Formats: sequence, C-alpha cells, structure tokens
Amino acid sequence: MAKTLVWVEHDNTQVKDATLAAVTAASQLGEVHLLVAGSGCAAVAESAAKIAGVGKVHLADNATLKDALPENVAPLIVEFMGHHDAFVAPATSNGKNIAPRVAALLDVMQLSDVLSVEGPKTFTRPTYAGNAIATVESSDAKLVITVRGTAFAKAKTSGGSGTVEAVSGGADAGLSSFVGAEIAKNERPELTSAKIIVSGGRALKDADTFQQVIFPLADKLGAGVGASRAAVDAGYVPNDYQVGQTGKIVAPEVYIAVGISGAIQHLAGMKDSKTIIAINKDEDAPIFQVADIGLVADLFNAVPELTGKL
Amino acid sequence: MKILVPVKRVIDYNVKPRVKADGTGVDLANVKMSMNPFDEIAVEEAIRLKEKGVATEIVAVSVGPAKAQETLRTALAMGADRAILVQTDDEVEPLAVAKILKAIAEVEQPGLVILGKQAIDDDSNQTGQMLAALMGCPQGTFASAVAVDGDAVTVTREVDGGLETVKLALPAIVTTDLRLNEPRYASLPNIMKAKSKPLATKSPADYGVDTAPRLKTLKVSEPPVRSAGIKVADVDALVAKLKELGIA
Ligand SMILES: Cc1cc2nc3c(=O)[nH]c(=O)nc-3n(C[C@H](O)[C@H](O)[C@H](O)COP(=O)(O)OP(=O)(O)OC[C@H]3O[C@@H](n4cnc5c(N)ncnc54)[C@H](O)[C@@H]3O)c2cc1C
Ligand SMILES: Nc1ncnc2c1ncn2[C@@H]1O[C@H](COP(=O)(O)O)[C@@H](O)[C@H]1O
Repeated sequence: MAKTLVWVEHDNTQVKDATLAAVTAASQLGEVHLLVAGSGCAAVAESAAKIAGVGKVHLADNATLKDALPENVAPLIVEFMGHHDAFVAPATSNGKNIAPRVAALLDVMQLSDVLSVEGPKTFTRPTYAGNAIATVESSDAKLVITVRGTAFAKAKTSGGSGTVEAVSGGADAGLSSFVGAEIAKNERPELTSAKIIVSGGRALKDADTFQQVIFPLADKLGAGVGASRAAVDAGYVPNDYQVGQTGKIVAPEVYIAVGISGAIQHLAGMKDSKTIIAINKDEDAPIFQVADIGLVADLFNAVPELTGKL
Repeated sequence: MKILVPVKRVIDYNVKPRVKADGTGVDLANVKMSMNPFDEIAVEEAIRLKEKGVATEIVAVSVGPAKAQETLRTALAMGADRAILVQTDDEVEPLAVAKILKAIAEVEQPGLVILGKQAIDDDSNQTGQMLAALMGCPQGTFASAVAVDGDAVTVTREVDGGLETVKLALPAIVTTDLRLNEPRYASLPNIMKAKSKPLATKSPADYGVDTAPRLKTLKVSEPPVRSAGIKVADVDALVAKLKELGIA
C-alpha cells in the first residue's frame, strides 16, 4: 500500500482545519503519515495523532521551523519522501508555498488544488478559474499534491491512535528570515470553515459603510465575512477577506453576496456553496445566474431591513 | 542588478472559457489572448525597481508559441529592455518552465526573478516556487510589497490570515499578488519603440530541457452548472426563505 505524508498546517499550538481535508484525500491514496514541523509544537503532534486514520506522526521541533519558511521546511520533507510515495498538503497559502518547492526538489510535477482522487495516480483539478475540470494522471514516480479544502470531508479529530516520533532536521538554509506578521484578529468564524458567509462587494462604498451594513447582518447570523476583490482593493476590508480564484475558496451552507456583480473570478471561489443568496440592485447582474435566491433591491435599504427582521 | 520577468500568454481574463465538446481541453481558437494578469504586475514591479535605480536591466522571458512574441512586445512596451522567446508549440508544464528559467538565469545572473503567482489558465501556482528550489534561492510568494535593500529583499506576502513579511537573501524569487501594484498601460510611442527592442528566439533544446509532460490530461469537463433559482419580491420573502433554510 502506498505511504503518504501529509504536511500538517498549524500555528504551533493547534492543527488547522485545512489539514483534515488533506488527511481524507491522503487516506484515499494509502497509509497516512503526518509531518508536524514547527517550534514548540509537541501539543500539535499529540492532537494530530488523534485524527482518525492516522498512522505515524513525525514531529520535527526546531526553532528554524517555527514560521514554515519553505527554504527550511522543503528539504526536511524531501528527506521523508525517501520512504513515502506521495506528499499531500492542503492548498492553503502555506501549502501552496511549500509543496511546489518539494516537487521541484523531487523532480516531480505537482497536482494543484486536487478536487477528487480518481485512482492511484489520477485526480481531478480545476483550471481556468474553475471553468474547466481536468482529469489528470501523473507519470512521476512520486506524487506531490495540494488538496482543495472544500472538496473533501474533514477527517475526524478524534478516534485515531497514531504514534508520535520525534525526528531531527530542519536546519536553517540561511536564505530567508521571518520578519513579522499582521494576522487579523477576527472574532467571526473563519471563512474556510464558516457555515454561513456574508460577503460584500464594491457597492459597499467604503470601510465604514461595509462595517455598518455587512457586519451586523453577519453577527445576527453567526456568519463569517467575505468580500470581492474590488472591495478589498478599495480598502473596505483586509486581503484575507477576499473570496475567489485568487482569494479563498469557500463552500458554506449559505453564501450571501451583497452588492457583488458575480465576475467569474469571484464565482470561482464560492460557486460550490450549498445555497447562494444574492442581493443586488441590477437584475441582470451575473450573480443571479448562480443564485438560488435573489433579491433585486438597493442593499442600503434591504440589508438593514433584513438584519432588523432576523 | 538585472531582473528576469517570465510572462505567459494566456486566455484574456475577461473571456469566459468554454470546454471543447470532445472533452480534450478549452477552446482557444479565435479567443482573445493576453499577458497573464499577474505577469503584468510582475513587469510593472520590475519597471518600478528600475525607476528607483535598484534595477539596471529588465529581461522578459516567455515559453510558448511564436505568438507569445506579442506578449513579450507588450512587456517591452511597458518598459522591459529585452526579451527572450523560448519557442515551442507544446504545452510546457511548470516544472519544465522552471528548468528553462533556471538555465536562463544561469546565463543572465539576475538579482531577482519576478513571476506571477499563478497563470490563470492552468491555475497551477507552482513555477516560482519550483524555480526557487532549482536555483537554491529563497522565495517570496504572493507579494503585496517588495523592497530591495543592499543584498536582501523584504517581501510582504498575502497569506490566509492576513500579511506576513520575510527577508530574503539575493538572488531571490518573488511571485506577485494582485495588490502589489497597478500595471501601467503602454503608451503609443513606447509601443512603437518596443518594436525595435531586442527579442531573441530560442528553443527548449537550446537549454537542454526535456519538456515532455509528466501529467497526462485524460479528460476536461465542464464543472457542474448551477442554474439560476428564484427571485423573491422583498425582504419579508427573503426572511421566510432563510427560515426555510433553518438559519433564521
Ligand atoms: C487575475 C484576476 C484575479 C481576480 N481574482 C478575484 C478574486 O479572487 N475575487 C474577486 O472577487 N474578484 C477577483 N477578480 C476581480 C473580478 O474580475 C471583479 O473585478 C470583481 O470581482 C468585482 O467585484 P464586485 O462584484 O464587488 O464589483 P463590481 O463588479 O463593480 O460590482 C458591484 C455590484 O454591486 C451592485 N450594486 C451597486 N450599488 C448597489 C446597491 N446600492 N445595492 C445593491 N447592489 C448594488 C452593482 O449592480 C454591481 O453588480 C480578479 C480579477 C483578475 C483579473
Ligand atoms: N510558459 C511560460 N512562460 C513564461 N512564464 C511562465 C510560463 N508559465 C508560467 N510562467 C510564470 O510562472 C507564473 C506562475 O505560473 P503557474 O505556475 O503555471 O501558475 C506565471 O505567472 C508566469 O510568471
């Protein structure tokens, strides 16, 4: 049976949800081993070992691995790939940063953003902003894939009985250093795991208006908040709110698009939502072509009224 | 310092791609093609670094068909100094593109290679990271700010939770995100001038790179289509629908 190595996304404290979809994809390929690379992250390895279906958990705990710098992490993964057949990472910003570096070092062509496992070496993946789904077979000796989080069920975080093995490695490549991060503190549900998302577009005018119109509705619904690229570019909200081809890919139970036209690049990030609701004053806006429920109205009247009536 | 900017000729981002009826790919016949939007941002960033006196020369590179010359001319019209077309009619995967770019970098010795973060046709998001690995260089992907200082470059990156900043030793690889800059339009005089800028034509074999694909596309299909649902008359009707969905 093939042995797969899943790179665990974490913040040195907790396993991130995106990992769980990657584990599910990996389990369809073979035996699942995990790599927890970080600093002071023993607790992460302990909880990773409890993920259902997990065998070995390799724990590389080293100050040089704290910030997931690909220059330091990729060579470590390459060492492990000496005795694994497939490398699987979630298609998060970290996963996308590290996996191709691993693939090139292994002289392997990566499969990005995999949607389904069709066979031992065959996968589907989106191209052209999700407008064409390609079924692709790899001819490389080893596989390197990144996994779209919304396409696979999350593995259960309990019930597993993996064993944690500490490993050395992860030397500083001396090429890069971490300067800092501005990670937004957000009390709302994270976009990629939220059940409901309220997203605002360019129509929201400015940051204050976005806050006053979108946030109260989201709070009433316990929803995460997203945005179109136009809204982010205009500075209404930070970049991590962006949904779309080049932002986050989301698939909540309910996606409410407010004042968003529905450009293909935006649709690429949300059209797998279970129910799409659109509020737009232009009845011909393309968003209505994918919306299950549409309301043609001026959002500045409709959204406050809706918030009030919930 | 020299900057290398790889640019790809892709379907224009305003065109809605159509899957061919026989399931072999996307129909590109008579479809408008343009420079990959992220690569325009890469060219723009290189030009700004030249305008700041950080860069001395900008070399644009494209791997693709003869028509990719047009893409390179666009880069030259924006402000690149010269161009290299690595001509092939085959589809070249990111790994092979990265190998070709590595070979070019060995000749050109750039201080920075600025690529797009992803090509909007294959949506791979791989080439820059692969090039960095092959060159043994650091990488600053998904950049929203780039500042060169002596023998290092500081890159602000757009990541899932917000922004992250890394400092990389030169030579380094940068890939652009959308908010790095707004690319300029080439002026008519510059478009004219670009016609006489040097453009060398090479082949993958000149660089000793085997471009045989590693991935075989078995089938290309349309994603499941969503059909338009219903329109509700007013907010009350919407509230009723939300109640049906169990979220209100
Ligand atoms: C390479 C590339 C990648 C991209 N990636 C992304 C991405 O990841 N995500 C993304 O979102 N975009 C992306 N885009 C941009 C995309 O093409 C669109 O420009 C963008 O999605 C438009 O945002 P919008 O719908 O908010 O704005 P607009 O298109 O301007 O739409 C605003 C909408 O608001 C409606 N409206 C205005 N006033 C009101 C009102 N008072 N009440 C109700 N409705 C109102 C209008 O009818 C209109 O439909 C990308 C583009 C490129 C080139
Ligand atoms: N054929 C090509 N010619 C030149 N540059 C390319 C080519 N393919 C990819 N690139 C560069 O690599 C980036 C990422 O592409 P990809 O990895 O295919 O998503 C693009 O934005 C370009 O800068």
